Amino acid sequence: MATKNVHVKIDEMKTSTGLIKNLEVSIGKIVDDSWAEPMGPTPMPSMSTLRDWDMKLLNKYKPFYMPDCDLCCLCTFGKCDLTAGKRGACGLDIGAQSSRIVLLACCIGAATHTAHSRHMIHHLVEKYGRRFPLDIGGLNIKVEAPITRLVTGIRPQNLGDLEDVLDYAEREITQCLAVAHTGQEGNNLDFESKSFHVGMIDHVGMEVGDIAQVSTLGMPKAEPEAPLVSLGIGSVDTTKPVIMCIGHNVIPSVGIIDYAKDNKLDDKIEIVGLCCTAHDITRYYNRGRIIGPISWQLRFIRGGFADVVVLDEQCVRTDAFDEARKVHAPVIAASEKNCMGFKNRTDDDTDTIVADLVSGKVAGVLILDPEKVGEVAVRVAQQVAPIRKKLKNLPSLEELVKDAKTCRQCDMCRRSCPQDLKLPQAIKAAAGGDISQLTELYEYCIGCGRCEQACPQNLMIHSMIVKAGEKFMLEETNFCRVGRGAVQDVEIRNVGSPIVLGEIPGIVAVVGCSNYPHGGKDVYDICREFALRRYIVALSGCSAMSAGSYKNSEGKTLYEEFPGEFTAGGVLNVGSCVANSHIAGAAIKVANIFAKRSLRGNYEEIADYIHNRLGAVGLAWGAYSQKAAAIAAGFWRLGIPVLVGPHGSKYRRMLLGREDKPENWNVIDARTGNTVNVGPAPEHLFQTVETPQEAMVAIAKLCIRPNDTWKGRSIKLSHYVDLHKRHYGCMPNDLHLFVRTMADVPMTLKDEFTKILEANKWKETVIPDPTLLPRMVRKMKE
Amino acid sequence: MSCEPWQCAEISATKKANPIQKPEVAVAMIKRAQRPILVVGSNATERWMEGRQLIEYLIDFAKASKVPVVATAHMVGEFLKRGYEPAGFMNAMDVSNRLVDPEWMGLDGKGHPDLVLIVGLPYYMEGLILAGLMNFAPDLKTMTLDNMYHPHASWSFPNASLEEWASNLKVMTSKFEGGQ
Repeated sequence: MATKNVHVKIDEMKTSTGLIKNLEVSIGKIVDDSWAEPMGPTPMPSMSTLRDWDMKLLNKYKPFYMPDCDLCCLCTFGKCDLTAGKRGACGLDIGAQSSRIVLLACCIGAATHTAHSRHMIHHLVEKYGRRFPLDIGGLNIKVEAPITRLVTGIRPQNLGDLEDVLDYAEREITQCLAVAHTGQEGNNLDFESKSFHVGMIDHVGMEVGDIAQVSTLGMPKAEPEAPLVSLGIGSVDTTKPVIMCIGHNVIPSVGIIDYAKDNKLDDKIEIVGLCCTAHDITRYYNRGRIIGPISWQLRFIRGGFADVVVLDEQCVRTDAFDEARKVHAPVIAASEKNCMGFKNRTDDDTDTIVADLVSGKVAGVLILDPEKVGEVAVRVAQQVAPIRKKLKNLPSLEELVKDAKTCRQCDMCRRSCPQDLKLPQAIKAAAGGDISQLTELYEYCIGCGRCEQACPQNLMIHSMIVKAGEKFMLEETNFCRVGRGAVQDVEIRNVGSPIVLGEIPGIVAVVGCSNYPHGGKDVYDICREFALRRYIVALSGCSAMSAGSYKNSEGKTLYEEFPGEFTAGGVLNVGSCVANSHIAGAAIKVANIFAKRSLRGNYEEIADYIHNRLGAVGLAWGAYSQKAAAIAAGFWRLGIPVLVGPHGSKYRRMLLGREDKPENWNVIDARTGNTVNVGPAPEHLFQTVETPQEAMVAIAKLCIRPNDTWKGRSIKLSHYVDLHKRHYGCMPNDLHLFVRTMADVPMTLKDEFTKILEANKWKETVIPDPTLLPRMVRKMKE
Repeated sequence: MSCEPWQCAEISATKKANPIQKPEVAVAMIKRAQRPILVVGSNATERWMEGRQLIEYLIDFAKASKVPVVATAHMVGEFLKRGYEPAGFMNAMDVSNRLVDPEWMGLDGKGHPDLVLIVGLPYYMEGLILAGLMNFAPDLKTMTLDNMYHPHASWSFPNASLEEWASNLKVMTSKFEGGQ
């Protein structure tokens, strides 16, 4: 690392000049010069340091705002009507207000990841000490923290170093949040720049958290062949007591697993997870099970599988307690961020807490000591399981039909459904004894429960769907690959050249939550399509679970069909939310390890490299959260485009290029200093796509980069054209913008291309050494 | 027919679309427009009325009215399969982004559209796009042809049954010279 705290304490020392007693000397920081890489221009940037870089991107990719609300109600001057050019009492217009909301979302997301990491590192430092060395891949990884190195200029070597990194991250998040106060920033692009900044900080926060847990908890260390883990409730032995952990912070789950193992109960109890905690449970514990993504919480609590529900933090249904109480499953809240209104029993005697939960004297407790969570959860599960007998909150089929007959067909369920599911028709059919339509909805329901809130008859519509799909649910036995963590340096070396030259057509990062428009199979289909085309497919979070939830014609899941390496045709699961940092980290490592660009505090140059050379694109098909917004913002600042599914339009702001404006697509040729028009590559920085078909075409197109060699460009264009023809039924209408020389044209498509090029009066151009930074131009030899 | 937003929480703020109570009113406004376009989203093949898909009604309407069609998502292929070539195809965000640019000269390069008819996108996405157009293209008029009330449009049909929707589209088609 770059700096160290020094504390010297001398109880007694005799010297030639006398006796020294009880001397304590503290030095705040000393510089550690063991890192040979020179410090770059922007270590620990403040929110305006990289503003010029942001503006270069925002000039290419201008915001398109879709205000979800025309009002501002954040201060007491308001509500203010900002419709169509009106300004509020503070002077803000709707464009700036929209970007302010984006900034707020990104701040919330970055704060959430960073607070998660802070909690985890605080706990791990207490347990293992500040000097515990970081190891995320043994000899296979020398660049242990690419984002941290790049942003802060710190090379963290032990757990304590990560605390210093978090100090910086927390400072910047606070600064960015302050910008959203009334009467601060007034320009929409400056708000956007600050969103980029806090997104970059979010990636730091995520990376710090994941390398801390990988180093200390024995999680897979950059293992391409991390083991496969069972996925789905069908893989759980529900005859045993079941502890269901929901959330993202694995520390309480570690307490549960450790207690079970220490007491030789690990084969007598099932410890399962929902959402990202599930990934991290299986990274820590080979008997852990992934039940499914975030949207399935209601489904599995009502299904009665859990004998104890443990809630940590993030994306936890806030009514999880109410739902668990209905199936008599005690709840343990284990995070300060999510106390659920429970009494804090952290300092109480364990026997008493267990007795209270088992007897039903209390239905839920707050315990902030993870070891105590572990003991209480296991003991309560053992004692409650025989009493509960997997009590469900689902109707019988007879009750379902009877309830369906009371439906008034008022349509309010459908009008409340984010998916516009045809619920009234399905309920009407059920009333006649045919539940097949409800069964079909099981696949597409995202489990929000809004239908039940809207129903004037108080029908438990979600429970009806789950009951109708129960057989399918119980048969869910798939596989996910355990989160592997980072990408090895050697993997980067192997693929660096073909990626940058375009011969591996792209890296597709399929990440984020499960607010899918039409079920999880779209995620599987998209991943498989690009893996078969020998793109690198990287997954994380709920998307990684959905991708593993379907099988090919041979009965193999995606993780069984494709290798877990970071290589052409590889499908790798990096892990939980915080492990998303390894995807950005891999892009950064390509610039460092393959291209030998210095990382240390050198953000702008690396982002410029990635933006112009690395054909990477993110797809958050079901993104719903503020964390997803912050993750996307971190990718935007690196110049990596992100696509979202239709629900992602609710982020209310896109960053769109205009391929019809050639002046937006100039780069500087670093070899000559000349300006070269490279076409819309990549065309967008943030865009919503409506359908999986459109997503596939857009992904192929967004992998095109100015630096592609003719061979690489030809490969990328052939994928773009092929997918376009298949899904759009015709040739793309913008091919002339992507052909620089005739060598770029795929051989088999030469005739079709030639016609298009002639029709558009295409002219040959050069393939530059592209950069957006004038300082990167090399001096011409005399 | 109700003029409440179809999805319960998609409420507008201070402006609310004028309801189109009769299809003839919509036709009159379309005929008055100099440069209308019709943006068709991915639900065009998902929604059925009287045994026909929405896209088939829209092809009839587009042929009769000669309003140029912009197909979003993968809909261009669906139009081509049915023997109709749309004037353009583009991502829904891309066409919207062009519509808020007063310098954009339309698909044919001859002038900025003055009326956008929009239909068949996911309800929430269409609502957001209409909100963007309302705020950032204040001179542009917007009209939805869905059977779901969209408060952010300039004009919207009220919530209506599938039968009413089919009838509205057929009446609109019949009122143009090329209509049946």
